[in-house]
Parts: sequence; structure tokens; C-alpha cells
Amino acid sequence: MNYSKQVIDHFTSPHNQGVISDPDGVGMVGNPTCGDLMKIYIKVKKNAKRGEVISDIKFETLGCASAIATSSMITDLAKGKTIKEASKITRDNVAEALNGLPPIKMHCSNLASEALVAAIEDYKKKK
Amino acid sequence: MEMNNSARGGKIYLDYAATTPVDAEVLKTMLPYFSSEFGNASSLHSFGRNAADAVTAARESAACFFKCTSEEIIFTSGATESNNLAIKGVLRAYNKNKKNSGKKPHIITTVFEHSCVLKTCQKLEKEGSAEVTYLPVYSDGIIKVSDLEKAIKENTLLVTVMYVNNEIGTVQPIAQIGKVIKKHNSKLLDTKYQILFHTDATQAVAYFDINVKRLGVDLLSMSSHKIYGPKGVGMLLVKKGTKITQIQDGGAQEFALRAGTLNSTGIIGLGKAIEVLEKNKQKEIKKIKELRDYLIKKVLKEIPSVRLNGSRSKRSPNNANFSFSDVEGESLLLYLDAEGIAVSTGSACSSGSLSPSHVLLALGLKPEQAHGSLRVTLGKYTTKKELVIFVAKLKKVLEKLRKVSGELLKEYYSKKK
Repeated sequence: MNYSKQVIDHFTSPHNQGVISDPDGVGMVGNPTCGDLMKIYIKVKKNAKRGEVISDIKFETLGCASAIATSSMITDLAKGKTIKEASKITRDNVAEALNGLPPIKMHCSNLASEALVAAIEDYKKKK
Repeated sequence: MEMNNSARGGKIYLDYAATTPVDAEVLKTMLPYFSSEFGNASSLHSFGRNAADAVTAARESAACFFKCTSEEIIFTSGATESNNLAIKGVLRAYNKNKKNSGKKPHIITTVFEHSCVLKTCQKLEKEGSAEVTYLPVYSDGIIKVSDLEKAIKENTLLVTVMYVNNEIGTVQPIAQIGKVIKKHNSKLLDTKYQILFHTDATQAVAYFDINVKRLGVDLLSMSSHKIYGPKGVGMLLVKKGTKITQIQDGGAQEFALRAGTLNSTGIIGLGKAIEVLEKNKQKEIKKIKELRDYLIKKVLKEIPSVRLNGSRSKRSPNNANFSFSDVEGESLLLYLDAEGIAVSTGSACSSGSLSPSHVLLALGLKPEQAHGSLRVTLGKYTTKKELVIFVAKLKKVLEKLRKVSGELLKEYYSKKK
């Protein structure tokens, strides 16, 4: 099982790792049995031209290399996007941006997109 | 020649239970047999005889070490083959006897054997050719002889229990089991249904009593590359008179128990590895155990939220297996690898499957504890300096990964309540 250079880069130096203390939306997915827990925090700003934009995003992850790398990648993909655009990010987008994942690790990219969707849902509920 | 830290480009190898480097003396002994002494040990001409003589010498070294006769040693490709041959070969011999037809034999093993034993047993069960009892293992990582005694049935054909567990290094009471089986067999009037006893001693050879007479085993598997010999060679010790048949059809090599041209170069390497091991065994056990105890003490003292898996005293001198909370083993392994340190994990994510180590779950660990496990195994080239560096790097990467995971686990469980 070999990881791409992108996976290793995001895993060893994750982007947007941490906590947002006053988030507009939070999504937590996964379970300890499968070994992965992921939490995404978003901050949303209203922009006159583009509407609701994800102005800041952070993640926390307990999991394997690909769980951490996909968390890092999805925050990169979502940052600066509108809520509508960000909701459309799929597991395949995440995996492709990382130059592929080993087949057995594809569920990790699913987890990342689920966590983002959960954070967006949470934001919408709170609105 | 010491295979020291600098010889590995400054990297630190702490995965000796996975494999070991070939000892320099072993390599030197093997080299001529790749090219100038290349004969087939079964050939009658001088090329063949030269190879056969060297194989015979290796067989004698092995026999001397295990306290058996040369004819009781069957060279194989390694422990997986030896274990397959032991179990399937005994079953095949049983089935060949017409008197046994219609009577399904019973095998006793444990829940935490190596996968080559577990999968063999599971397959035989599925095929309907044997019934199998899997003995439980307790939180200390050791089976109970009383469980085994209770599991013996009228049709029990084989007991197969590993000597030292490959993941957590715990030692099983092999000699005690040997006595129980001997006692059981002596009470039987019909010698046809004597129970045979097999042990997979792969992880035990370098560190424990391996005298097959004292252990009371009929069959014993081992592998060369765990004792500073080459990969691709091992052996199955088969006590004289054991009812066993070959499972691979072909030539009559290895007393008609293992068809196929002898891996003479590998066998010669294994023979030398045994000689080197025997010479320094007690000295090395002492040294490695001291280092391992230092490591366990240091990790438990200096690192928060950690547990040692398996008994602290009844374990192989070279093994330490920890679980760290709030981290996942594969991440830990890869972060350590980036720091130049090689270790192993029982986490699912590293093994290509989705469930964590069956061994750690069998001990009663929670899945997240099994996912957060790290196996550190020492060897004859391990130094105290390497362990000091290892613990320092371990602290650093744990801090980093625990920051990434925050309090997710705690939060998950508080929400569950």
C-alpha cells in the first residue's frame, strides 16, 4: 500500500488543522470502531456578490494517514467557496486532489466529504 | 561486523519481530553456494554431493540445537509452510487411514494464532474436514492450560498453540501443555487416537528453551529470517513416529515430507544462523531484556495515556507492545518512519484490512486501543542510544498527532451517553 506524495505532504504538514472557537457550523463524523473520527468547523461570511462564503475552516481528526490527509485536503477545497459550491465537493474530488488513495482507504475521503456536509447542515440549522 | 546505526544510514530499526538482517557470518557462509557450489543436493555427482554435504551439516547443527535427530528436521520455505504442513499433513495422514473414515477429527488451537494457523483451521472447518476449538486468551495475553484440558475430546487429533505471540510477545505454557497431552495419551488404550502437539515457535527460538524433549512437542515450526538468517527458509521438526503425510506432491525430498529442490543456500544460511545464535543466546537474551525493560519503564513513566499490552513478565525479552490513546497506529508508524524509525502496529489501517488486530481485540482491548497500538521489537543490534532517540521522537510525534485529534474521542463518548 503506497500513498501518493500529496497524501504524505498533507498528512505530515496538514493545512487548516485546529479549532475555531466561535464556529458558524460544526460537523463530526466517524466512530472509534473503524478507527476514524473527524470534525470540521466552518466560519461563514456573507458576501454581497457571492452570497454565503466559507471564510475560515479548521479540522480535527483521529485517524490514519489518509484520514488526516483527506481532512486537510477538504479544508483546502472548501475554503473561500460558497456554501452551495462547497456542498458539491464529493469524495472523488478529495481523492483526485490527493492524486488518488489506495482502494481500501477510499472510505476516508467519504468521511471528509461527510464531515463537511455535516458542518454545512449545522450552519443551515443555526441560521 | 556490527550492523549498527550508521550502517543503516542513521535509521533506527525496531521491528525485529517482522524480520532481522542476515548476520555477517551467515552471509559469508552462504555466498559460495549461490554460484561456485551451486549443485542440486539431490544430484549424485560431485556438485550435488558438495551441496548435500553442506545441507547435512546444517541439519546436524539444527538437530543439536533443538535436541532432536537429523531425520526429524524437515526444511521448508518458512514458518507459514511449516504450519500448513503440520496441520494439513497430520489431517491428511489421519484421513488416509481407512479406519478413520466418517469420523471427523478435532483440532484445538487459540484465538490469537498467526493468520497462517488461524486461516488453515478456519478453512478445514469450512470444508467440513475438521472441527476446531479456539481457546480464549486472557487480558495478560496467555491461555489457560485448564481451558485446554477441558477442550480435549475423544476425537481430538491435534493441539496447535504458538510458543510466543508475534504481536504482543506473550509466552504460552508449552511445556505444561506438553505434559497434559502426554498424560492424556498415556491413559489411552488405543494408540490410534493419540493427540499430537504442534507449536509455532517462530518468535521463540531466539529467546526461550527450545529443547523439544522438554517441551513435549511432536511438531515445531520455525523460520530462519527471525534469527538473522535468510528469508525463504525455515523448518518443521517432526518427531519420529508422528503420523504425518506430505501435502505438496512431487519428489521424495526431506524424507518424503516436502517435495521440491532443496533451497541449499538458504538451508546452509539457516544452519549457520542457528550456530551463531546458540553461541551467544544467553548473553544476548540478558542484554536485550535489560534494554527492553528500560524502554518499557521509560515509555510508561514519561508518556501520558499509554498502556502496555500483554503480561509484563511473561513476554519475549525483545517485545514491547503499547497502546497510546487519541492516536491511530498507522499515523504514528508513518510519522516515526519520517523520523527514521521503523516499528510496527496492530492497527487495521496498516494491514490492508478494516478491523484492527485480532490479537489485541482478543485481549479485551477496545477498538480504539487496538487502533492505537505500536509494536516495538528489539534485536541483537539494538543499543540504548537508539532507544533514547526513539522515546524522544515518539514523544514529539505523539504530541503532534494528539494535537490533530484534539478531544474527539472524549467528545464522541460524552455524546454517546
